[in-house]
Amino acid sequence: MDTMCVNESHLKHRWYHNLKYAVVGIFFGIAFTKAEIISWFRIQEMFRLQSFHMYGVIGTAIVIGMISVWLIKKFKVKTIHSESIEFHPKKFNKGQIIGGVIFGLGWAMTGACPGPLFAQIGAGFLVIVVVLLSAIAGTWVYGYFRERLPH
Amino acid sequence: MLEFLRQPWTWYVAGTLIGLTVPALLILGNKHFGISANLRHACAACLPANIKFFKYDWKKEIWNFFFVGGVIIGAFFATQFLSNPEPVQVAPALLAELKGYGIEDHSKLLPRELFSIESLFTLRGFIMLVVGGFLVGFGARYAGGCTSGHAIMGISDLQVPSVIATASFMVGGFIMANLILPSILRL
Repeated sequence: MDTMCVNESHLKHRWYHNLKYAVVGIFFGIAFTKAEIISWFRIQEMFRLQSFHMYGVIGTAIVIGMISVWLIKKFKVKTIHSESIEFHPKKFNKGQIIGGVIFGLGWAMTGACPGPLFAQIGAGFLVIVVVLLSAIAGTWVYGYFRERLPH
Repeated sequence: MLEFLRQPWTWYVAGTLIGLTVPALLILGNKHFGISANLRHACAACLPANIKFFKYDWKKEIWNFFFVGGVIIGAFFATQFLSNPEPVQVAPALLAELKGYGIEDHSKLLPRELFSIESLFTLRGFIMLVVGGFLVGFGARYAGGCTSGHAIMGISDLQVPSVIATASFMVGGFIMANLILPSILRL
């Protein structure tokens, strides 16, 4: 059911090959910080419809992502190691609604989804380590009760 | 140029860079953008406790730890070298509302009155940081992904379940920010 975010590459590489993902992360972290997406204020404004900023950021990211995925599929673009890029359709389950609403409640409180949590720590807000640990605990508790929750 | 970079970036610049993460990860190695997966990998690596959900080869997913490591470094770099000395611009209506809860600091991206060690030991701070964080982690995994995996990666791949998840994120957020959060902030 939950195949989300699992690595599709079948190649084995040495550890330093992972550094290229760190470079992508660095650009991503700079954009996150400079566009103030990691700001609690911006998230509050979004949910109170007081600013267009976050809708603009997420909307643009989706449009760019969509065009990219379409191009990758259309031209059968391969990875730099000439593997074919794989996509897996997601299946609907009730968790996307129930879990989604729970996630939204937390998002509006902390003002951060998981990506910004990491960026906030980098930006010097060390107390966010506690929020991150709590989010890891939430993930663990979900894993523990998973079989008994409605999906 | 540096002056230009120091200003808060406009939404379309940031949105474009974030959107480009999707093809960058796919082309560099068939990786699907999804940040909350790291929380699961952290559980699998540190405390799998014989739970089926955490029994998988997390070492194969180590690339994602490198990615978030990069996010931390990028945010550090942006704060140290590209930061804007001006206070964060906040919508006047929000600023007025927050003032009513004793939250007036908007010199940085997060208000000090809520996001500090001292705040953690108040009821208000504990609920916002610890309970809030728990809901983010629990909800993201229950939904099978967060804003990156569902809203950006999933919708980019035209996945209907991701559209449903994203709509649910927004519903939860609107309920919290408008109906519940005011009572918590008043504590």
